[in-house]
Amino acid sequence: MTVPGRPALRGGRLSVVWRPRTVVVLVGAALLLFAAFVIDIARGDFPISVSEVAAVLLGGGESGQRFIVLELRLPQTLTGALVGGALAVSGAITQAIARNPLASPDIIGITMGASATAVFVIVLGGGFGALGGFLASVGLPVAALLGGLLTAAVIYGLAWRRGISGFRLVLVGIGINAMLLAVVQWLLVVAELYEAAQATVWLNGSLNGRGWEHVVPVAAALVLLVPAALVLAHSLGALQFGDDTARGLGIRVDRARTLLLLVAVGLAAVATSSAGPVAFVALVVPQIAQRLVGAARPPIAASLVVGAALTVVADVIARTAFPSPLPVGIITAVIGAPYLLHLLVRQSREARA
Amino acid sequence: MPTAITASGTARPAPVRRSVRRRRLVGLALLLAGLVGCCLLSVAVGAKPIPLGVVWDALLAPDGSANDIIVRELRIPRTVLGLVAGAALGLAGALMQGHTRNALADPGIFGVNAGAAFLVVIGIYVFGVADPLGYVWFALTGAAVASAAVFVLASIGRGGPTPVTLALAGAAISALLAALTSAVILVDVATLDAYRFWAVGSLAGRDGEVLTNVVWFIAAGALIALASAPALNALSLGDDVARALGHSVQRTRVTGIVAIALLAGGATAACGPIAFIGLVVPHVVRTFTGPDYRWLLPASALSGSVLILVGDVLGRVVVRPGELQVGIVLALVGAPVFIQLVRRRKMANI
Repeated sequence: MTVPGRPALRGGRLSVVWRPRTVVVLVGAALLLFAAFVIDIARGDFPISVSEVAAVLLGGGESGQRFIVLELRLPQTLTGALVGGALAVSGAITQAIARNPLASPDIIGITMGASATAVFVIVLGGGFGALGGFLASVGLPVAALLGGLLTAAVIYGLAWRRGISGFRLVLVGIGINAMLLAVVQWLLVVAELYEAAQATVWLNGSLNGRGWEHVVPVAAALVLLVPAALVLAHSLGALQFGDDTARGLGIRVDRARTLLLLVAVGLAAVATSSAGPVAFVALVVPQIAQRLVGAARPPIAASLVVGAALTVVADVIARTAFPSPLPVGIITAVIGAPYLLHLLVRQSREARA
Repeated sequence: MPTAITASGTARPAPVRRSVRRRRLVGLALLLAGLVGCCLLSVAVGAKPIPLGVVWDALLAPDGSANDIIVRELRIPRTVLGLVAGAALGLAGALMQGHTRNALADPGIFGVNAGAAFLVVIGIYVFGVADPLGYVWFALTGAAVASAAVFVLASIGRGGPTPVTLALAGAAISALLAALTSAVILVDVATLDAYRFWAVGSLAGRDGEVLTNVVWFIAAGALIALASAPALNALSLGDDVARALGHSVQRTRVTGIVAIALLAGGATAACGPIAFIGLVVPHVVRTFTGPDYRWLLPASALSGSVLILVGDVLGRVVVRPGELQVGIVLALVGAPVFIQLVRRRKMANI
């Protein structure tokens, strides 16, 4: 099928539509990401110049700087970039499947599953003295990951009824989400005040003190799942038209949707287990990317890069603009929300012109 | 919905099939009966169970005994607050889903809860407010300002607010306010301590004055909501069709948003955020009323009251002698029921 007015790049059985605007957005967001990445590593209690950061990353630099950059700041920044990208792609897929701009992993319960487990560990796991606290801090990411995956499996199992409908999936997800939110609120009420404060930090999505053990799982998930998402995006385009039309176009609807959901769930659960629910990224980045690219549905590649860039920029602000560092999720919301509003306004102005 | 479109441009109901009408009437009758039963339970059940005969005496011939005081000073105000707040949340949810034509919309998505929460946190942090009566005006103001902001932002552009721009603007404003709320409670632990008890949503510990402060807002909202039912029916056919039928889409939306802010803002100010009712009630009610808002709205109000009272009574029973807050009970009990409904029936899409 050819799209009128858009040249295609062909190689053997594969073909891709050439969209210059997508390429411009990808390159622009990648440049922003790189700049923010270097600045994020350079800034902090011990400022290091940008050229010294580059030297360390290329293998040089003095030992003190090497330690600060490679052991403290690089893993935190990398976690931010990877988590942002993973959440954004996850949100792009769920929004496209449900055909609903409000359907993100936040709303259909996956990140809430991870959150409820994490708060459980923080509040109840910390109740056994220093050993319990130590175990809780070691076990937190893994526990959150398991919680997220289990929640997703429960939602999927409950929504399965001779196939999966996006609408039913979202409604079941909302039900589970409400239950888990109630559990979180109950835990916050019964918790000691300092535990509640600690849980609140986690619930807002924080990159503070993230090390290489947080980078590796997210990186692995991205390497495995993003190529899969890009290949499956092909059928996502057809699913946009509704199940019947998609079937008519030769898509195996249930299989395609299940695979795409697996990708989205994997990305969201791993990302949340590393940094907590950096909530706004999955909801708003796909919408921002869609408007930047001018696509009919949330684009996957653009969401990945825009999500990473937004999260790292937010981390720069969260770490340096305030007397004590704030959770990065607060900044992503404060940046992302007005920008979404700006895009909405501009779009309706353009529609008027 | 079987409507006949007459030459004068108004939608007039065609003779509805008798079975549909009977289903609606039976449904409403059951709801009313359930509501009466819930009110009685809500007065009788609690840390100190009171037999219905004693309740009756306390109402008709009070003699100043402990039971009379419990019934008249604690249980009945609490039950009335539940009735009013539940009806308000049910109505607001139905309006919300009608105006955004989005089955996932609840008043929370409109920024009502986030706005109320943010100003309550400001009230605690800056002004040292510390009781439900003090929270009321902060929460009401926050809800009103947030929903007005959502509406204004969604209506920039000639087309005015559409379902999608409303939902997106609401999500954006909510997230922004939630982030600011978090920033405050992370800075000041004492604020977090007060806020976490407000944020669960409860009917307990609100004296009669809380209700008298919000009831006028809720009553005004309910009147506007019920009066807008025919226009909502037209809107559910799409903005263009509604316009062609002679409805002012813009005016309908504005009145709808005012009603939602009054209803959900009033309920949230009195009880704290109770999110599940507004979301679930319209879905459940739609299974027997169908999509006609003239039936859907009153049935949603009744169901909201029933649901909140059931949740409140359960919360008093399950962890005796303590209490579980109604917001938590509703989510834990309501969600499985909701999921079962989603699985059993073909949920009507909007």
